[in-house]
Amino acid sequence: MDIKMKIENLNFFYGELQALKDINIEIESKKITALIGPSGCGKSTFITSLNRMSDLIEGTKVEGKITLDGEDIHNSEVDVIELRKQVGMLFQKPNPFPKSIYDNVIYGPKRYGGKRKVELDEVVEKSLRGAALWDEVKDKLHQSALMLSGGQQQRLCIARCLAAQPEVLLMDEPTSALDPLSTLKIEELFDELKKNYTIIIVTHSMQQAARISDNTAFFLNGELIEFGKTTSLYMKPVNSLTEEYITGRFG
Amino acid sequence: MRDNNISSRKLKNAVFHGIVLGATGFGIVALILLLMQVFRTGLMWLDWDFILSMPSRFPEKAGILSALAGSIWTIGLTILFSLPLGIGTAIYLEEYSNKKSWYNKLLQLNISNLAGVPSIVYGMLGLALFVRFLNFERSILSGALTLTLLIMPVIIVASQEAIKSVPNTLRQGSLALGVTKWQTITGVVLPYALPGILTGSILAISRAMGEAAPLIMVGAAGYVAFLPSGPMDSFTVLPIQIFNWTSRPQAEFQNIASAGIIVLMILLLSANAVAIILRNKYQNRMD
Repeated sequence: MDIKMKIENLNFFYGELQALKDINIEIESKKITALIGPSGCGKSTFITSLNRMSDLIEGTKVEGKITLDGEDIHNSEVDVIELRKQVGMLFQKPNPFPKSIYDNVIYGPKRYGGKRKVELDEVVEKSLRGAALWDEVKDKLHQSALMLSGGQQQRLCIARCLAAQPEVLLMDEPTSALDPLSTLKIEELFDELKKNYTIIIVTHSMQQAARISDNTAFFLNGELIEFGKTTSLYMKPVNSLTEEYITGRFG
Repeated sequence: MRDNNISSRKLKNAVFHGIVLGATGFGIVALILLLMQVFRTGLMWLDWDFILSMPSRFPEKAGILSALAGSIWTIGLTILFSLPLGIGTAIYLEEYSNKKSWYNKLLQLNISNLAGVPSIVYGMLGLALFVRFLNFERSILSGALTLTLLIMPVIIVASQEAIKSVPNTLRQGSLALGVTKWQTITGVVLPYALPGILTGSILAISRAMGEAAPLIMVGAAGYVAFLPSGPMDSFTVLPIQIFNWTSRPQAEFQNIASAGIIVLMILLLSANAVAIILRNKYQNRMD
């Protein structure tokens, strides 16, 4: 088993409030890890700590160790800008920039510098193909991204992440604001994406977690209750809380 | 049960409609009267000769060229100083400073208050600071710096509001891609905020263009018979020239003043038009 990220004894505080308690998880490389649990259980907090977007919130404190390819991401030698290139993030609501489709995709690469126009064109096509959006938008690359449907916008945001050539993709309920058809398209895309990327996805839908993920982690009140292969977690959960949650008795 | 109050509610509805219509009408009627008066007296004096001549003791020879040039110089420099300073301050306050700290709250309160200080007070400050202390003398530079101080609070407050309105999801989206904070500000925050920043700046610059009092304090002259050739030259501006003409006894000078007002309005409108075109260009890009 190839481990991409390893989280050891992670505690996370918003001021006095402890949002995560002693989390230990190993994220398998090029697999999809789903995080499930009721609202407020800490799963979103967990993934924002993986690319240190949580640094942006004032008054937070992190304890424990998170490693990416064996390197501690809180190590002072790790540049947070570089980390976020390696660990891309997709948000709950599609958040394309109010720019053209083309400019959205090259937003990152243009700012990392050192790319010529021809190379940027290649990045755009490759990233949009990677997000299964190319065929739909190839004739209107210079139109505003806000003209796209919600599902297309979310795939554009995926393309925007891919353009940064990340290794890990964090997704915070990426389909919760989308209709079922758009959701299906994005779920189909996951199979393709996991060939090249390690994916960690927070989802509200247990069915979605069951459909797409290889491993599932169940969070409750800031604690990791159970973590294991998705099939076994769903078929024969070890913890009675997990069983109650996945059978819909609470949550 | 049916609503028994329907007729009284409908009446209130109609009355309120009438009140807001009246409020708008008041301004429009006053504006139309003012414009009619100005055009009636001024239009016949307005020709290229008037625009291209220097002021004179004789009304038929008098022109507005030196004041027009002075206004363009002063406003040009004011724009050059006030936009970077004002927008820069707004960016610092919104994106960098710790908004909860007491000194930033104090700073914020002061900026909002400064927007309401009478312009003559800025004139006194300009006289002490730029004319005397920094020894810029009674120059265009002193005038422009004084106007910069005058309109900066307005630009700062308007720009802050515009920056505040940028959705946080866009900032996060940008930062999560591994670009720096500064790149996020130039890449997402400013383009999104630009229409709002420009709207505030248009209003502020229009105000500066119409100011006479603070410039009189820093020593803009009432009678200038040469064109300024640089920022250290002495100068006059359109509002002061107009004021100077209206205070003369001869009726002809009153009419010339009206012609001057038309020139000032054209200058204002063309400056605003440029800013509005710029704003719309960016706004369209947003939608």
